[in-house]
Amino acid sequence: MKKLTSVLLALVLVFASLALPAAAENAGVVNVFNWEDYICEDVLQMFEQETGIKVNYMRFTTNEDMMVQVRADSSKFDVVFPSDYCIERLAAEGLLEEIDFSKITNFNQIADNLLNPDYDKENKYSIPYMWGTVGILYNSTMVKEPITSWASLFDGSYPNNIFMMDSIRDSMGVALKYLGYSMNSKNPLELEAAKEVLVKQKKDGLVKAYQVDETKDKMVAGEAALGVMWTGDALYAIDLNPDLEYVIPEEGSNIWVDGMVIPKNAENYENALKFIDFLCRPDIAKMNCEEIWYSCPNKGAIELMGSDYIDNLDINPPEEIIEKCEFFSDVNDVLPIYTALWNEVKNSK
Amino acid sequence: MNQIGSMPSWAIWAVLAFFILVMAGIIFIRSKRGKDNLHRGTTAFASPYTLWMIIFTVLPCLLIGYYAFTDSTGTFTLQNFAHFWDSNYAKNELYMQYGPEAAALIRRGTVNVDTLTYSLWMALLCTIICLILAYPTAMIMADRELKMSSAIVVLFVVPMWMNFLLRTIAWMSILEDQGLINQLLSALGMPKAQLMYNNNAVLLGMVYNFLPFMVFPIYTVLGKMDYKLHEAAQDLGANSFQTFIRVTAPLSLPGVISGITMVFMPSVTTFFIPRILGGGNTMMFGDLIESKFLTEGDWNVGSALSLIMMVLILISLGILRKADPEGEGGGLM
Repeated sequence: MKKLTSVLLALVLVFASLALPAAAENAGVVNVFNWEDYICEDVLQMFEQETGIKVNYMRFTTNEDMMVQVRADSSKFDVVFPSDYCIERLAAEGLLEEIDFSKITNFNQIADNLLNPDYDKENKYSIPYMWGTVGILYNSTMVKEPITSWASLFDGSYPNNIFMMDSIRDSMGVALKYLGYSMNSKNPLELEAAKEVLVKQKKDGLVKAYQVDETKDKMVAGEAALGVMWTGDALYAIDLNPDLEYVIPEEGSNIWVDGMVIPKNAENYENALKFIDFLCRPDIAKMNCEEIWYSCPNKGAIELMGSDYIDNLDINPPEEIIEKCEFFSDVNDVLPIYTALWNEVKNSK
Repeated sequence: MNQIGSMPSWAIWAVLAFFILVMAGIIFIRSKRGKDNLHRGTTAFASPYTLWMIIFTVLPCLLIGYYAFTDSTGTFTLQNFAHFWDSNYAKNELYMQYGPEAAALIRRGTVNVDTLTYSLWMALLCTIICLILAYPTAMIMADRELKMSSAIVVLFVVPMWMNFLLRTIAWMSILEDQGLINQLLSALGMPKAQLMYNNNAVLLGMVYNFLPFMVFPIYTVLGKMDYKLHEAAQDLGANSFQTFIRVTAPLSLPGVISGITMVFMPSVTTFFIPRILGGGNTMMFGDLIESKFLTEGDWNVGSALSLIMMVLILISLGILRKADPEGEGGGLM
């Protein structure tokens, strides 16, 4: 009988330890779920020092990975940083909490042209954090002439010298744009054509690797001539290797905004508001922009950065280039087409 | 689309509680019987591990089974296995609604089946290479007359103190275009070689990571082998080749079987190495399952794929067990 008691005691202990952490995590925490390499880490410490709120910082690599986690349990996170089309999707699925804008004292710093965007028409759920474009980062010592078009990725001029993005929407979008279609195409014929382009690119041995966060450091090291990249990563790399140049191809590209949102049933709603407000403070927004090199939606921060920011045409592209770019919109109803085609691309040999 | 929340949390707790009750019951009955004192004591000592195994091995397996045979609403279905056979299944269903032009594009997708065959092939190659490399190494390590043998043992153990992800990433800076080997080559005036981002790099990474799992089982068996058997064989006129073929090799078979199991299994399921060293150019079955769970969020199809792989592994283990019925190599089963 003694042994039975001891086993039961052990069970009680196990249950207690399972139950305890849930009870201990209450006041003084904010669970942040942000992109890899997408904040100045000092900002987190400053926030902890100023407010006493502990930041649990978690990272994701692509929007799709993030969506799966938030859908699994939206209460796990208090602040998440999805891109435009994902904000639209999450809101449609009822997974976002409305933001109490009266608590966001720095909201007036956000650039007017980014307010009430298509993905959040009444501006209820999101506040812009960063924006940027997708383009080609190239090594000027390894190319024959300056890159201007997506065609350089597909015409065979740079065999085994291209890094593509291991991200469904971005890579499919690039191929669609190269063919002259919308990046938000839902037309099976256009999507199949885009897949063919990507498969041919791979079969011809043009692609060196499909990756996301690794590309910037590999480009700095001169591992490939061309890489499809987001602005910030590209400018981070240019800062380390002056041979690199970034271009938004003439066919146009994707322009995006990553917003800050609060998921449904977030456990620390008030702390989430404080965290978002903190990131909207001009001096903090400046720190983040300078660290991660993305375009800044914060008027106060732009003023602080002055001509360094305004004169940089990569961060602050001229109007005629922006006009050629399109935002991603939600393509959830045809997502199985996108994923199946992308898997075929990845599997082609 | 909220597939993950489809299994209510109380169900998980109910399954857990059920297993704990069953286990407590077994222990209780055993303690009542009281015939075999030694055995009963052992059972009680094993209870923490049994509990651990139930929570982290049995329960996850049951959950995989549950997801594999249900759809996103939780109703029973076999469709997930159709998704395995035809990776375009969901796409084709959409195309059917899109009119004749799209319907003309309907064809079976072979991504899942191809990836599985490729993974099995790579795992087989990896196992064979590991065996070829490991057997002589284990013989050197087990040789009592060699002074360096213990040093080799240490050399094999020490890298395992480091995380395997870290060791794999370290290979990148060796194999890259601007990496160690290529810098050496160009310093010697030779052309650079493309070493990364291909099949061979993936295979190298796998062999490197799994080699110790082949070496140690063989080493253990060879080390325990009675050296007098060799002397006897030689006394009876066998030359060293005959001694190896007729004495050493058969006696070391359990270690070899155990090594094959321990290398083959992680090789089939590996998913990080292809992405890092293969640069995402090749997809293994583990990558596919990972993307089903993490990128596509389709836990049901992901579970079906996992289940198929588990069954394949079980079958291959069963075949191997036939070859080593006593499990002398300290085998896993």
